[in-house]
Formats: sequence, C-alpha cells, structure tokens
Amino acid sequence: MSEIGQNLRVVEHATCTFCGCVCDDMDLTVDLDAKRITKAKNACTLGRAWFAEHTIEDKPPARIDGKPATTAEAIEAAAQILAGARLPIIYGLSDTTCEAQRQAVAIADLMHGNIDTTTSVCHGPSGIAFQGVGESTATLGEIKNRADLVIYWGGNPAESHPRHFTRYAVTPKGMYIPNGRKDRYVVLADVRRTPSAPVADLFLLVKPGRDFELLWALRALVKGRKIDPSIEESTGIPLATLETLVERMKSCRYGVLFFGMGLTMTRGRHFNSGAILALATDLNEYTHFVAKPVRGHGNVTGADNVVSWQTGYPFGVNFSRGYPRFNPGEFTTVDLLSRGEADAALIIASDPGSNFPKRAIEHLKRIPVIVLDAKDTDTTELARVAFRTATYGINTTGTVYRMDDVPITLRPAFDSPFPGDEEVLTALKDRLRVLLNEKRGGALRKAA
Amino acid sequence: MSHTGRTMGSAIRITNGRVYDPANGVDGCVQDLCIQDAKVVAEVPADARKIDATGMVVMPGGVDIHCHIAGPKVNLARKLQPEDKRLDVVPSTPYTRSGSGGIIPSTFATGYRYAAMGYTTAMEAAVTPIGARHVLEELHDTPIIDKGFYVLLGNNVFLYRLLKEGRREEFREAVAWWVNATKAYTVKLVNPGSDELWKGRRNANISDLNENIDQFDLTPLDVIRAFIETVNDLGLPHPAHIHCNNLGHSGNATTTLDTMRAAEGRRVHIAHVQFHSYGGEPGKNPTSRGPEIADYINSHPNITADVGQVMFGKATAMTADAPLAHLLKGVSGNKWVNADTENESGCGIVPFTYQEKVYVHALQWAIGLELFLLSKDPWRILLSTDHPNGGSFTMYPKLIRLLMDREFRNDEIRKVNQRAIRKTILGDDLAREYTLSEIAIISRAGPARALGLKDKGHLGVGADADITIYEDDPDREKMFSTPRYVLKDGKLIIADHEFRADHEGRILHATPAYDPDIEKAIRPFFEDYYSIRFDNYAVSDRYLHNHQVIPGQIIPAVQPQ
Repeated sequence: MSEIGQNLRVVEHATCTFCGCVCDDMDLTVDLDAKRITKAKNACTLGRAWFAEHTIEDKPPARIDGKPATTAEAIEAAAQILAGARLPIIYGLSDTTCEAQRQAVAIADLMHGNIDTTTSVCHGPSGIAFQGVGESTATLGEIKNRADLVIYWGGNPAESHPRHFTRYAVTPKGMYIPNGRKDRYVVLADVRRTPSAPVADLFLLVKPGRDFELLWALRALVKGRKIDPSIEESTGIPLATLETLVERMKSCRYGVLFFGMGLTMTRGRHFNSGAILALATDLNEYTHFVAKPVRGHGNVTGADNVVSWQTGYPFGVNFSRGYPRFNPGEFTTVDLLSRGEADAALIIASDPGSNFPKRAIEHLKRIPVIVLDAKDTDTTELARVAFRTATYGINTTGTVYRMDDVPITLRPAFDSPFPGDEEVLTALKDRLRVLLNEKRGGALRKAA
Repeated sequence: MSHTGRTMGSAIRITNGRVYDPANGVDGCVQDLCIQDAKVVAEVPADARKIDATGMVVMPGGVDIHCHIAGPKVNLARKLQPEDKRLDVVPSTPYTRSGSGGIIPSTFATGYRYAAMGYTTAMEAAVTPIGARHVLEELHDTPIIDKGFYVLLGNNVFLYRLLKEGRREEFREAVAWWVNATKAYTVKLVNPGSDELWKGRRNANISDLNENIDQFDLTPLDVIRAFIETVNDLGLPHPAHIHCNNLGHSGNATTTLDTMRAAEGRRVHIAHVQFHSYGGEPGKNPTSRGPEIADYINSHPNITADVGQVMFGKATAMTADAPLAHLLKGVSGNKWVNADTENESGCGIVPFTYQEKVYVHALQWAIGLELFLLSKDPWRILLSTDHPNGGSFTMYPKLIRLLMDREFRNDEIRKVNQRAIRKTILGDDLAREYTLSEIAIISRAGPARALGLKDKGHLGVGADADITIYEDDPDREKMFSTPRYVLKDGKLIIADHEFRADHEGRILHATPAYDPDIEKAIRPFFEDYYSIRFDNYAVSDRYLHNHQVIPGQIIPAVQPQ
C-alpha cells in the first residue's frame, strides 16, 4: 500500500471477487475520505463496476422486522430463530470468504441443520459429474503456458468473465505459447452466437438441448467409432466438422475444454457435465487434455472446498442426524423450500429472493429468514433479520479460491463501519451454542 | 474415576504404567510419569491429578512421517468418493465436530481418528507451493494433532532453470525462500523430471535417471543430487523427502538404489520404499527385491525410509506422480482425476482396492513386510501406509499386529496369492516378532528423530506431553486401535476410550535463512509464467494460527557401515 496524497491511497495487487476469475492484479486508488474506490487499474468492465459501486451507505447495521437494530440485537434475534427451528437451512456463501464459510458450516453442524451453496443452482451438476467420472484439470497458469487448443462450451466469457480470454486462456503469451493468440486454436460451442463468438476460429452453433448428443458423438469419434451423418440433423453440426475437430483435439499438444452453465443448467445437466469431463479424459489416451468448469461467483469455489473438507461433500449437506449426509434433490435449497420443509433460513451473501423459482420464494416469505449482505436485495426485503456486512475484498481480508482452486488472500481497500460476515457468524455461533445447550439440557460442552 | 470437567493440562501424574520410551532407554519399566501443563517434567506436586495406568502400556504419542491428509489433492479425492462415506459416518459429540469417514475422512474426522489411535503428530507429505494456503486452511480444521507438510519442489520449472544455468547459489537461496514462503517443513521430490514430459509431451514419463528432462539439459539424477545437497546445507530439520522415479514399475529397485547412492552419505529420506523395491522386467510382473533394498538401508545410516505398507481393502492412489495415476486408471478402470499445477507439479487420483488374491497386490503386501522384518535398525525403517495410497492410516493397528504376532502373520500369509508369497521370504515362517519397544520406535521415536522433532517421540523431561496409554492386550490390533487415554500437550483428550476435549494442535514448520535478494530473480518469472501475482504468492503468518518453528540441524555426511 502506498500513499499518493493526503486522503488518496493506492492498494496494489488487490483482488477482484466479482467473478470466478478472481484476478489478483488490481491496483486500486482509494479515496479514504469518501470511502470509495475511484480507480481500479486492470479491472474489466464488471470489475470496475464492482469496485465503483461499493461505498459505505448511511444505513443501520441491522434490521429486525424492517426496523433499525444493532448488530448485537440482530444476533440475539437470529440465534433465537435458529435455536427454535426444526429444520433450519443455510444457503449462499459464494460471495464471502472461506473464513466466513467455515463458521457457516460450524453453525449447520451445531444446530443439526442443512447447508447448501449457490453451487446447487450453477455447477452442482458438474460436482455430481465429477463424483461419477473424475476430471482432468489444471490451474489457469498452465492453460496460459501450454494450451494450444482452447474450447469453450455453453458459456459466454466475453460478457460473464471478460478477462478469461485476455488474462488466462486466449491472448496471453505463455512459456510454450510465445506468440499468444496466434499459437492457439480457439473453438466456441453454444446455442447462439454470443459476443464471445468472434474470438473463436471455429464456432459451433449447437441445436438447443443437444449438447449431450454432440459431446457423445465426439467421444465416439475420438475412439474411432463411426457416426451417422444424421448427427447434423440432430445437433446442427456437420459430421465433417466434427471429424476435423476430433483430429485437431487428438493432435494438439495441450487441449482444454472450458464449460459453463449452458451445459449444466440445460437438458441433461450432470450428464452434459459428465460427457465433457469424460471427453477430456478420453483424449488423454492421445495427448494431454484438461477440462474446467468456468465458475461464476467470486468464491463459489472456496465454498465447494470448505464444505467438502469439513463434511466430505461439496454442497447439499444435511446434519439433521448429527452427521453430514449428501443428497442433491433432497438437501438442495430450492428443493427444501419448494417442498415447504425448511422452517427457518440463514442466507449469506446471495439473493435467492430474486432468482429462485416462485414456489421456493413463496416459502421463503412464509418462514423467518436471516440475511447477511453488503447491500439491499430482494432477500433482505423479505428477511425477518437482516445484517448489513462489510464487503469481502473491499472492506475485509480473507481467503478466496479462484475457479481453478488456487487460493488467494484479499487485500482490503478501506474500512467499513459494518462487521464482516465471519465476525457476525462467529458471534451467532457462540450465542446459538448457549441457547442450544440450554435446550438440549447442557449436552454441548466445547466444540471447535 | 471421573474426568468430566477436568480437561485442562496443569499437573498430572500417570502412575504405575509400563513405560516404553526407547529414546531414553526405557523398555517397559513400571514407573510414574509427571506432566506439568504441556510438558513432561521430573516431579509434580502431591495433589496433582492422577491417572492410574496400572497394567497399561505407556508410549509417546504416535508420529506419522508420511501421509496425505490435507490440501488440494486430498480435497479432490474426498469430493470424488461420496460412495465411500455413506456407511462410515462420524457424528458430533459434545466435544467434537461431526464429519465423514471412509478412505479420505473429512478434516475433523482425520484429526479425531489419528488421536483415537494414539497418534498426536502427522506430516502431510506432498503440497504444491501454490496450494500451501489451502493446506494450512485444512490443517487448521484438523484437530488435536500437530502437523506440518513437505513442499513439492522437485519439478519446479524456475528451480530447473537455475540448475540448468549452473546458478547453484541462487538455487539454494530459492529453495530456502520457497520453504519460508509456503511455511513448509521440508522439501519433497516426486518423480523428478516427469512433469515436463507428462504435461508437455503428450503424457510421457521419464524412466531413466540419466535421461535429459526435455529441454532442460538436466537429468533426474542432477535434480536429486542438487536437492539432497542443498537441503542438507540449509540444515532443515528433516532432509529431502524423496518419492523416487518409477514408482510401482517392475525393476524399479535399480532406480531406488541409484537414488540412495546419489546421497553420497548425506541425509535423505526415501518415501514409501515398498513401492520402490521391485525386480523383474519393466512391463512384466514384478518380483521382490525387498531384501536388497533393506540391506542397503541397513548399511547406510544416512538413510531413513518409511515403508508405505499395502493393506488389503480400500485405498486411493493420490499422488503428485501423475503418470503413475494414469497407469492405475488403466489397470483399475476407475474414475480418474488429473490436476496440473502451473510450473510446480502434476497430480493424479484413482480409487483403488488391494485384493489378497491378486498377484501384484499380494506381492506388494509381502514386500512391505519383508522390509520391516529384515530391518536391522527400526529407527530408520518407519511405519506408514503412505495413507491413503497403500491403505488408510487406520490400518496401522492391524499392521502392528502383523509385525508383532508371528502366528497371526502366518495365518494372513496363507490367505493371499501364494505365487506372490513364493517370490518373497515370507514363506519361510520368519521368526521375528517386533517387540513393544520396537513398535514404539517405528511409530514414534524413529519418525520423531528422522523429523528432527527433539520434543516428540519420547517421554524424557522437556518432551511434549503427547502421551498414549494402552490397555495391554495380546490382540495387538485391538490394543493399538483403542487407547484408554490420550494426552495432547498435557491435556486429556481421550479418557476411557472416549473424547473428553477438543484441541487445536500446532503447525510445525521450518524457517531456513535466505538472502531476500533472491526475490529479484524469482519475480520476473512470476510475471511471465504464473497466473497470480508474486506479491500474492507467499503465505502470510495469519494462516499459521497455533504454530512452532522447528530449528534445523546440520548433520555431516557419513560412510556406510
């Protein structure tokens, strides 16, 4: 951190947590009087908006039933709600630090509740596919240094992850890619010609809902099987195009398949993810090939990691029997809400109130909801208890995991008067332990 | 007697136990042991709390010198196998967190299961530098035990460049920098030279220690020599920890011997040496060269090794040796993970089951036992299953029974593939039975000494009060599975076989001195070839939490005996 004026400061090597790229090369100019970031060098359009939008709003630190409250009052109210619930659920976690995520899992464990992350509505199917077939994968620096064939499938990074092309996978020069873009062949497969399409040497316009068939045909061709030319009719891609592509895949030195929610959240879901992971695996009989889901939120990968190391399972975990059980479809949040099973919800750094299916939102409105968020959202609107917390990476430090599982430590730009998620969750956990101890007749002594 | 509510350290006297403390020459003497706070002391006040250990066996807490329990690859392997966890649940207790078991337990379950077996220290044996932060986060959630890790530098592209250019001084500084930047305990080499071929030449591997590593104008043997020498010069508490080339391949004993010879009398640790003791022709069925490897280690006091015993049942190949995992994928047909780490490492994961009737598996099992039974110095051939590669660490009690109980061993030998047994000396009804003192050496005193942990592995005054008390039982598997009492840092964690407290252990790490100017040489490489900023790479102290710097030791090279 260097001083450049009385009240301006530059924070070098800061990290943007807007998307899963988690770029750690931001140089932030911070106006300490106004408590805002005035310039974010190296940030993309999304990153610039992320940094510019976060200011300290003149709002109360918490609200209970819409009325201003102190953080301490809100912790008491939240703890009472959770202690009285039969099936309390925790959801969100993709836009907060691993340190806060650790506390969230501890709370779920303590109250024998349910914990789930936004993974269940984005790359959850990829997590399920991973359990089925494994994955050949790599850190993004390896792609930068080595990948001479880069394939994007069912995603639009130009708009969702703008620096994915420029910092990691398409244009940068690398150790064995001395000429950058010129040394790579780029393929994009999608159901519509998105703003990402112009970057590709080959664009595959796939018929909607036909990704699985197309990926399975590629697998067959890789293995030397015959494919009927009618594949064009069913998928939209001529057989000759596929044959040429397979030849290219088998003859490249280091290939990568990036895939997005166009695969995971359309017909086929985890079958689609499984097909693309298996395709990359198959290609390793011929050359080196990796695959990688392009994850969305800033620390959704951290959430997967923390929940996995503490419970053994990546998302959709239930503790009602006193130990973790995993069952997507049963213990995933949309399902628990839509079936009307949850009787209290703790939502951390996400906004299901705006993006969940209608039935799930209706149930959220029926039960007491506790929310931690840096901003007002549709979910804070419907919450019984809403905490306003500091923004990770802007006001608080902590750890985030990039989409390729690389952990990075955040460098905050300026202080917030609001507490961080970790602080609130730790206090909530401590209070909840006391309440549950009374309820369970002193059975809880001292857990970690 | 009730211990409820009295879990803190303070003063404790363990009375009338049969004490096995080989580092101090105590071999089953009945004596008291005094503990003040977290340390063993000479005497405690008369009103000190007493633990009656009459008829019981008292040992230092176990020390695992080689296991894989935390970090990126472990978490991938954990996520990969939900099917392995459903039947092995770990409920929370009033003192402990819940978790899941199976071959890769959750972090909490890992700490508790080590403790429940009487182990109080475990070293994670392979960590990519860029993954060090992740490892420390997981270790922070691995309760009770003390822990550290070995950082993978043996395929590091920047270090290769320094070696290629003959910049040995800078190489030494850079190695020291990396140990500090990651908070590691020592340096790990895995299959040196292989990653470049794996990632850069269509999944090739390197099999000859004298072959050039692609464009580097450097051989695996050059790399091995440089690291052994440098780690000794730096005086790290534990020497270079080497996973030799050609793991699992027939005929690899030659590579292993060449690697050990390269040490030229300097300290070196050979990891899971069972997997490196095979005869036969490459590509054909292996035979045993266990006796030859055991002989070499017996006569070279500069070498320590852990066995990496195979135990029948569920395992998981989880290794920085990516070509090996790919080979096992082909053999087993199981799901497979490959994970490349930029400039630093490869990694492969394959679920695997060792079967008694399969020739190769039975041979591997038998070679491990050969190494143990032919060892003349239990201080240097140490207990491990290379968890989870040869089997779970929770199999240690059964392994101990195999070593201590000739009759049990012979029964087990009869159950396995006899063609494999005939290739080994196990068919000869070996008389050797490990004594309790020898078990205390291979599972506690020996690993602690090899690690340079002067306060662990023994019960002398000043030792860490990490103590396990077993009820003596002729069924040694049962005895070592369920200690009656476990103390960590003088705190009673387990009493009457049940958890009575939780505890946060320490991160053990080394801090060799280095010239800060080395960062000027490393930084430009980061800007060109890494995907994160150099300034965001080194791990800050706040990831250490409860920790301890272990001082180094300079030990001169020695001649063979």
